[in-house]
Amino acid sequence: MPVLFPLVVSSLLFAIGTYIVLARRHAILILMGVELMLNAVNLNLVTFDAYWHDVLDTGQSLTLFVIAVAAAEIGLGLAIVLLVFRTHQTIAVDELRELADRDQPPAVGGATT
Amino acid sequence: MTVVEVLFCLLGLMAVGSAALVALSSHVVHCALWLVVTLGAVAGMYLLLAAEFVAWVQVLIYVGAVVVLLLFTLMLTRAPIGALPDLDGPGRLVSAGVAAVTAAVLVTSFAVSFRGARLSIHAEDVGTASALGTRLFDSWVLPFEVVSLLLLAALVGAIALSRHRVSR
Repeated sequence: MPVLFPLVVSSLLFAIGTYIVLARRHAILILMGVELMLNAVNLNLVTFDAYWHDVLDTGQSLTLFVIAVAAAEIGLGLAIVLLVFRTHQTIAVDELRELADRDQPPAVGGATT
Repeated sequence: MTVVEVLFCLLGLMAVGSAALVALSSHVVHCALWLVVTLGAVAGMYLLLAAEFVAWVQVLIYVGAVVVLLLFTLMLTRAPIGALPDLDGPGRLVSAGVAAVTAAVLVTSFAVSFRGARLSIHAEDVGTASALGTRLFDSWVLPFEVVSLLLLAALVGAIALSRHRVSR
């Protein structure tokens, strides 16, 4: 099998993940895009592990670590999303502007003391 | 083309196509379900690339846990069943441009570097559970323990966040 097949698939998955993270405004969809990008990286790691016949199995071990870190990330990320939903009643990321860098204090919405 | 190549192309088309549906669908729940198809196709590609244990871990963790967690959060944030009109932000065209440039750069650099290179997978390359487990507890013990600490910290953090009292 040409080594380009998995590499092209992972490039396309990474690009689609980038599009989702940039274009979507629903926070859970953005987390899905991050998962897609991590999967693209994992596919590359496994491909190069098979390509170089690595004696230490570096690619596959690192893939397992990336999956574990992704599980930790999604758990914390969804907890944060739920907390944001409870405090703001919305998880559209472009409406959450309280941390924006402004000269004037916000007039509406961000009236936190 | 061999059988493996045909299978790999089909799985790749499936993964990329359903990932595009995740990016374009206007139903949030459908997005989560198309994500299952993508992750399953990636697990199939792991199997074809001789990473057997990684493929089963992918099915268990991603399809089994992560997507269920995503669906639960969709339910708890009261996601509507129907289509949502405003799921995309204003910068769709710019994002599509950035994604296209990313894809073009990655594909051309891979094509220049690895044109004509072929994978030859032997029997001793197959990452079975026993081979990978031996390797993991042999060369990768320290990172493994650090990952367990990280998971513990994430667990404590998630519990602390969800017990947080909203004061308004």
